[in-house]
Amino acid sequence: MRRLAALAFLALTACAFGAPEPIKLGMFASLTGKQAYFGETNSRGASFAVEEINAAGGLLGRKVELLIEDTRSTPGEAATSAKKLLHRDHVVALVSGTASSPALEVAPLCQAAGVPLVAATATNPRVTETGDFIFRACFADPFQGTVLARFAKDRLHARRVAVVIANGSAYSVGLAKYFRERFTADGGEIVAEPKYSEGEKDFRAQLTAIRAAKPDAVFASGDYLESALLCVQARALGLTMPFFGGDTWDATALVELGGKAVEGGYFTAHFSPEARDPAVQSFVARFEKRFGLKPDTGMSLGYDAVMLLADAIKRAGTTDGRAMRDALAATKDFAGVTGRITIDAQRNAAKSAAIFTIRDGKFVYLESVDPR
Amino acid sequence: MPRPLLSLLVAIAAALGISAVSDHIDPYHLDVAVGIGINIILAVSLNLVNGYTGQFSLGHAGFMSVGAYLSAAVTMLLGPKLLGESGGTAWQQGGLFFGALVAGGLSAAFAGLLVGMPSLRLKGDYLAIVTLGFGEIIRVVFQNCEPLGGALGLNGIPAYTTIFWVLAFAALTVFTIYCLVHSTYGRGFLATHDDEIAAEAVGLNTTRYKIVAFVVGAFFAGIAGGLYGHFKQTISASGFDFTKSIEIVVMVILGGMGNTLGVILAAILLTLLPEVLRGFSDYRMIIYSLLLVVLMLVRPEGLFNFRRRRPTP
Amino acid sequence: MTEFLQQLLNGISLGAIFALIALGYTMVYGVLRFINFAHADVFMVGSFVGYYAGKLVPEHSIWGGLFVLALAMIACAVLGVVIERLAYRPLRGGPTLNVLITAIGVSLLLENLGQFVFGATPRPFPELFPVTTYDFGGVFISSNQLVVIGVTLLLLFALRFIVMRTKIGTAMRAVSMNKQAASLVGINNDLVISFTFALGSALAAAGGILYALNYPSIDPLMGVLPGLKAFVAAVLGGIGNIPGAALGGMLLGIVETFVNGSEWSTYKDAIAFALLILILLFRPAGLLGRYVKEKV
Repeated sequence: MRRLAALAFLALTACAFGAPEPIKLGMFASLTGKQAYFGETNSRGASFAVEEINAAGGLLGRKVELLIEDTRSTPGEAATSAKKLLHRDHVVALVSGTASSPALEVAPLCQAAGVPLVAATATNPRVTETGDFIFRACFADPFQGTVLARFAKDRLHARRVAVVIANGSAYSVGLAKYFRERFTADGGEIVAEPKYSEGEKDFRAQLTAIRAAKPDAVFASGDYLESALLCVQARALGLTMPFFGGDTWDATALVELGGKAVEGGYFTAHFSPEARDPAVQSFVARFEKRFGLKPDTGMSLGYDAVMLLADAIKRAGTTDGRAMRDALAATKDFAGVTGRITIDAQRNAAKSAAIFTIRDGKFVYLESVDPR
Repeated sequence: MPRPLLSLLVAIAAALGISAVSDHIDPYHLDVAVGIGINIILAVSLNLVNGYTGQFSLGHAGFMSVGAYLSAAVTMLLGPKLLGESGGTAWQQGGLFFGALVAGGLSAAFAGLLVGMPSLRLKGDYLAIVTLGFGEIIRVVFQNCEPLGGALGLNGIPAYTTIFWVLAFAALTVFTIYCLVHSTYGRGFLATHDDEIAAEAVGLNTTRYKIVAFVVGAFFAGIAGGLYGHFKQTISASGFDFTKSIEIVVMVILGGMGNTLGVILAAILLTLLPEVLRGFSDYRMIIYSLLLVVLMLVRPEGLFNFRRRRPTP
Repeated sequence: MTEFLQQLLNGISLGAIFALIALGYTMVYGVLRFINFAHADVFMVGSFVGYYAGKLVPEHSIWGGLFVLALAMIACAVLGVVIERLAYRPLRGGPTLNVLITAIGVSLLLENLGQFVFGATPRPFPELFPVTTYDFGGVFISSNQLVVIGVTLLLLFALRFIVMRTKIGTAMRAVSMNKQAASLVGINNDLVISFTFALGSALAAAGGILYALNYPSIDPLMGVLPGLKAFVAAVLGGIGNIPGAALGGMLLGIVETFVNGSEWSTYKDAIAFALLILILLFRPAGLLGRYVKEKV
């Protein structure tokens, strides 16, 4: 009993005289299961950001601690994880390391608790529509869809496009919708719209249907994994037109899996390791030194999500929810590694999208498109 | 007053009591408690089909999704019309929610009727795959139904579910199933399970028992779905796939088939386990699956089956 | 016409993969009367063994490829026997549902261990064999697809031969009919069951490698979807029946492909299951299965 009392006393004094309590940030991420790609990359980027913040002396004179909970890619789990972070660990803000659907589960909880949420890769517009505490470090699907539609028309000179959709994936369905709206409004024609179930690996049936429709180009709106296999099977079926995709294509694994088949493809990106900005170059070098690999989109967005929060906390000078929210909303020209970020009225990151092409197994920067 | 009814009333009173202090309970603990309650409803209702009646259903999550979607549609589409812009009083909301839950349960029961039909001709693994197939068909239909959110699912469902509703319905489920099985009529479920031919021979209509089991089981699964949807406020069809069904089957078998108390305890244990294991982060799900295997090996008659009666093969 | 032929060919090659995995399900079911849920995960382990072994041999070489295939089959055969010994044998004689739960547990365990050891992010699978694409007047087929169809047919006949013509096959059929009677006539049940698992798991490994060659991205959850499809195929054909599994796989592959190529593609899974339910309503024991009337 006496020993316990002594321990308690020690703990108390440590609190009173030692380092101030760290600022706790929470992250829910799909570390395992079907969508583990999001969780693994986002959380690595976010952890790296926290390491760097602490190495530079922390925030408001306090260390930063990042608590990560796994959502197992299971619906319902994100909400439970977020409740644990919000109400057991009392984090001051949350970062999502998931796709859009889990972020949609958590958004109303954060809104109700008055705790800001910054989504790293949830691109569906509905996420930030939940309320004024919900922000996003990436651009949203309507912008990306528009950029791709314009690109297909102006640069690829495509009039007839086939769109491949991963049914069941909110990302793919949403992106395809915004692409279709813009592209047909500009006078283009969608000649085929085959769908596959999320996670499927055989696309020969859909590709055979596309081959019969003879499009000028094919928009593969699914994730990089499905798209890489899609390209491989397309080439094996004798399809030669260009393929292009959304920001999920920005993964080195696309080239590893797709090889020659993805050569000459195009995609939008939030970020590229080859960008000429010295600040970005320095980030890539630091990241490579730490992990031995180049940061990809997911990692960079995870990094930026935490950095956006850190910037807001610095400007607010406090970790009060409302103050952080106001500071986040006032973010202007923040120099993120994925571009200059200004938070717009819908709490989305308004930043330029880059278009890349794949040449000799490397991602080659083509052009940047500014929002609007 | 008969004991089961007394227990039900006590349980509902307890639910009211807990609900009164729920503002002081940490929302995370509340979330886990609601999860437990919903899983109890699911497991106990599936126990009627798989445990007592000896059928093998792998489509319980499908019924759950029918209830979740239909009741959410009622509160989201009808709610504003009935209650007006102001949202109505607490009593009106409660009434609407109850109606929505029952509507969800009834539509799930109807789905259960459709699925129960093939059980006239199929048994064992063939029945299992057919129920699994029905569950998947339901999932695909919801996934393609744009008015119900399509692939992205339905969000912005009003947060009507409180701990009171969950505990009260869990108690009601246990009460109904208990009384059903222990009634004179209900002995037929056990007879169907033990020996179908003998049951037929003494004049029991086993076909009807099987269908009743499916319908009642599906009804409560639908209620559970409604409670789930109005708690998480977001539902998506992919959340009700066959892995969810398997999760419920595991609770039933681990609890000891046809043992209501055991199934309740197993539902509690299996809901708590992943939460308790959070501290182990990377090893969490490895330990979970390892425990599942070990528990089954150590207590094949069901974790909480204390009667030591080896189940019939 | 070209489109129709191409789709038919696509369907056959997809169906061959389902059939290949379904053969393993059906083998174990035939002898033990229980669905080995972990089969799809042994399939995954097989492709990961292939992934690592593939680094040891030069790409695009037939001998290197065969070496990898053999290695993966042996490794998974051992894994299958170990799983049976540790997780299934202690429950033998009890209700099959209990074994089903342990099988689900083993399946989850392999998936979670896989995610822990290999990481959850998909990896590219090496091109073990030389790949060429053949063009028959607009109908394209790759050598990998031909290999899958060929291997599936080969294994189908090999299995049929083992079960019907060899001594161990006779013993397997005996154990399947009546375990007690089999041991009375001097059959070592444990040995026969171990053999069944070794054979089934080796089949899963072969399936895993061929699958990975056709769809060159592997991850710890890769077995779930094809596993479910193969399970459906096995039931469709009449579970426990070897030619039935092949027939079920082919049928499922062809139907899925034609639905996928049509505007109904979003309903593909629903249509596949609806077909299954319809067939089972008319043939309650699957296409080739025999319906055993229960006797008192």
